[in-house]
Amino acid sequence: MAKTDALQGSLDLLVLKILSRRPRLHGYAIMAAIGDTSGEVLRAEEGSLYPALYRMEEAGWIRAEWIKKDTGRRARVYELTAAGKKQLGAEESRWRSVSLAINRVLREA
Amino acid sequence: MSLWSRVLNAMRGERLNREIEEELQAHIEEAIASGRDPREARRSFGSMLRRREASHSIRAAGWLEAILADIRFGWRQLGRNKVTSAAAVLSLAVGIGSCVAAFRLIDALLWRPLPISNSSNLYVLSRKMIGLYGRPVEDGHWATPEFKLMHDAVKEQGDLIAISDADRTDVTWAMDGSDEVEKAHVAYVSGNLFPVFGLEPALGRLLTPADDRGPGAEPYAVLSWDYWSHRFGRDPHVLGGSVHIGDQAFEIIGVGPRNFSGTEKGTVTDVFLPLSMNKSASQESMTWHRVFLMLKPGVKQATAIEPLRQHLSAINHAFQVSCSSCFHGATQRDIDRFLNQQLVISSAGAGVSDLQKDYRRYLGILGLLAALILFIACLNVANLMTAQASARAQEMALRISIGAGRRRLIQLILSQSALLAVLASLFGAMFAAWSAPFVLSLVNPPDNPARLALPADWRVLLFGFGLIVLVVLLFGLLPALRASAVRPVAALKGGEDPHSPRRLMRGAIALQVAFCFLVLFMCSLFVRSFQRLQNRPLGFSTDRLLLLETVAGKGRLPVVWNQTAEALRATPGVDSVAISGWPLVGRIMINSEISINGAPPSPTPAWFLNVSPEWFSTMKIPLTSGRAFRPQDTSPGAAIVNEIFVKTYFPGQDPIGRTFERGAHQPLNKIVGVTADVPYHDLREPDRPIFYVPFDETDDKTLPTPVGFATFTIHTDTQNPLALANSLRQIIARRNNGLRVSNITTQLDLVRDQTIRERLIATLALFFAAVALLLAGIGLYAVLNHSVLQRRREIGIRMAIGSPRSGIVRIVTLDVFLMIAIGGGTGLSFGFGAARFFGSLLYQVKATDADTMALPACAILLTTLVATLPAVLRALRTDPTEILRAE
Repeated sequence: MAKTDALQGSLDLLVLKILSRRPRLHGYAIMAAIGDTSGEVLRAEEGSLYPALYRMEEAGWIRAEWIKKDTGRRARVYELTAAGKKQLGAEESRWRSVSLAINRVLREA
Repeated sequence: MSLWSRVLNAMRGERLNREIEEELQAHIEEAIASGRDPREARRSFGSMLRRREASHSIRAAGWLEAILADIRFGWRQLGRNKVTSAAAVLSLAVGIGSCVAAFRLIDALLWRPLPISNSSNLYVLSRKMIGLYGRPVEDGHWATPEFKLMHDAVKEQGDLIAISDADRTDVTWAMDGSDEVEKAHVAYVSGNLFPVFGLEPALGRLLTPADDRGPGAEPYAVLSWDYWSHRFGRDPHVLGGSVHIGDQAFEIIGVGPRNFSGTEKGTVTDVFLPLSMNKSASQESMTWHRVFLMLKPGVKQATAIEPLRQHLSAINHAFQVSCSSCFHGATQRDIDRFLNQQLVISSAGAGVSDLQKDYRRYLGILGLLAALILFIACLNVANLMTAQASARAQEMALRISIGAGRRRLIQLILSQSALLAVLASLFGAMFAAWSAPFVLSLVNPPDNPARLALPADWRVLLFGFGLIVLVVLLFGLLPALRASAVRPVAALKGGEDPHSPRRLMRGAIALQVAFCFLVLFMCSLFVRSFQRLQNRPLGFSTDRLLLLETVAGKGRLPVVWNQTAEALRATPGVDSVAISGWPLVGRIMINSEISINGAPPSPTPAWFLNVSPEWFSTMKIPLTSGRAFRPQDTSPGAAIVNEIFVKTYFPGQDPIGRTFERGAHQPLNKIVGVTADVPYHDLREPDRPIFYVPFDETDDKTLPTPVGFATFTIHTDTQNPLALANSLRQIIARRNNGLRVSNITTQLDLVRDQTIRERLIATLALFFAAVALLLAGIGLYAVLNHSVLQRRREIGIRMAIGSPRSGIVRIVTLDVFLMIAIGGGTGLSFGFGAARFFGSLLYQVKATDADTMALPACAILLTTLVATLPAVLRALRTDPTEILRAE
């Protein structure tokens, strides 16, 4: 599987992007969504997903809430905050400039 | 939000862990539900515990969790030694409470800025000169004509404001329809006061410069918010009502802002009147109000003050030189001395009052005593913590060997100290909340109490917080550093150098004894000074003497006063009645120049009093020669003088029959008798030359002159003379002859009022001395007890090899007594140093008196004996066999 540093650093970006499209997802659904939309190329490692979620929650980019599921169990769902939307914009433009730079290097080399 | 949620999460660590666990569990179940192999799903998660820890540390503030854990641990530690912890908390509480209370008083009286705009730009003008008896004096009072000159001269740089002292005055509020006379503090202020101070009315309007233009032109009064509240219950209908003061009526035009009660700290001004409404305002020689300077915004304080001072000084000098009525009858020498005065501008953002001047050093001493008590308490607790820490050396060693860092250990011990300090400060705050107003209530005579706002605002809180930090560092840091420096190998082996903590504790004991000695030394000085002053021979009787200070509007002839005295004499319960111009040792003192045989006045003035013939027998002041006054004697004419008067003006001569004048070219007074010396105004001062003249005065055509005020001195046959006061006052009122009792007191109260400051500081010093002794005793007991426990192996061995009991007692107590000797010596030198600072507050007592040193030394020795006894007994009861078997 593709598991590069670039991806690691960009876990935040992926999570924010997923949540901006589909609000109120729980951790597993976010992970599954990253897998689905990337055609199973990208896969967030389960162990690092939750610390990342908590970090973003403390930073105020996402908001969490316990909901009761049909099965009777509780689940913690996440959604984007206003600060998170701004952060997403910043991360996206950073990613674009980085990938543009990488592409340029690849072309030149 | 983020920090807050992390702090919150730290408070509920267990619940947070459960939540994280639940979420991770839900994830795995989701994975299984979506068809993944349960074992693979779990494995891909890695170590559940590690994930949880990582997540936990993101979501909760770690430092806070550690501190919370330390505090919980510290709390349990304190709970383990309930008695010692309670003693530590209580002694710290007394220390912290005393310090905070002292700070509240000092801050309120001396430091807290007035509630006005730009209080830091406010200054006060005064003059330094050489007063009577060659002593330097500072006079803060000015004549209104001079104030106006100076005001106009410095208009560009600042505003000069005149404010009279808020005197307790008889007022009548006409709006109630009654003519009841009551007391209120009335201040006359220049019209620019309220605008320059930036004050807004709570009701109506305030005085403006337009209200202060001419004598008698604008009879307006402004009430202070405080007076409006407690006298009128904030009734808005007071506006337009009127108040009678003397023979003037003033219309109430407004109420001042909520906090403002004048510039005289310690007195709450009730009524503000325009300066020019006072009759003194037109007199050149009447210095009767203070002058403040408010710099204009934008004027640089550093550079503006000195030129202003020189400018004002020149105006002052010119005014004094040209003042035609100022030096009426004075000698050239006195005029020169008076003109050689220096104008001083001092900062006055915290207001100016006599109370500040009188109590500045007393409050300094109060602060010093409170700080010493706090130090002693801190040393006590430091010893306690050191003892506990050395008992916990093994625990510390264990913590270090399983990887606790030095910082973590210091934090552990310091948080226990902080817990102690915070607990103590809670009790201390309660103590301070009670004690500060209580001490303030002892400051002035009960009928005219000092009033200060003592708010518990951010200034007090900040001070309290700073104090807690200081206290924690004082008593916690050293034990914490020591404990963290434990070497695990040595400690786990069974103790390193057993003497080192004891050395530290002994040093603390020596320091504690030194501070304790200093407190006792000061207490001994103040108590003895107070006793001396209180037992000073007066020369007159205070027993059963009622004083009715009586006023008579524009004055009544002496015959009216004498008839009233006659009516009082006929009342049952009254032994004798006399009249004097004013009472001895009261507020009034008037001096007069003495000239003999038409010569220029002598350099020392004498003090005088008008008295009726019965006055000497009523006051029980014996005549030493000559005769008393007769009813037909008048003034000028006959005079009775005291012995110092004879020594000063007629040394070595028989004074009877000789004459003197009150200033050059005045009528003659013939001495008919000599009395014993009595204090005239101030108990602390040596007796002064006094002459008595008959109460009945005549003018230069030998016609009787009216008397505006005098005091009936009444000897009653009841133990409590005040019991008769009301009926006697009504007798005077019913005569409807224009006489009215303005104030009722007793001669005993006047004498007592003289010693209020000494009584207050002696009482406080006694309290602090008792606390200091108690704390030092507890400290000694704890240290000795600890040392005996620590050395019981050594003691057991010594006993086993045949050491006599006296030897055991010696090794247990020797170094303690050495410490006490060192501490006592240090304390004594502190005491001499401190006495230099407050020596002038003492009455006939010196720091070097044997009594002053003997009392504290005895008290400390006695305390030491009591405190060491239990430890010595414990040492002697040591059973060597038991100790050795236990090893």
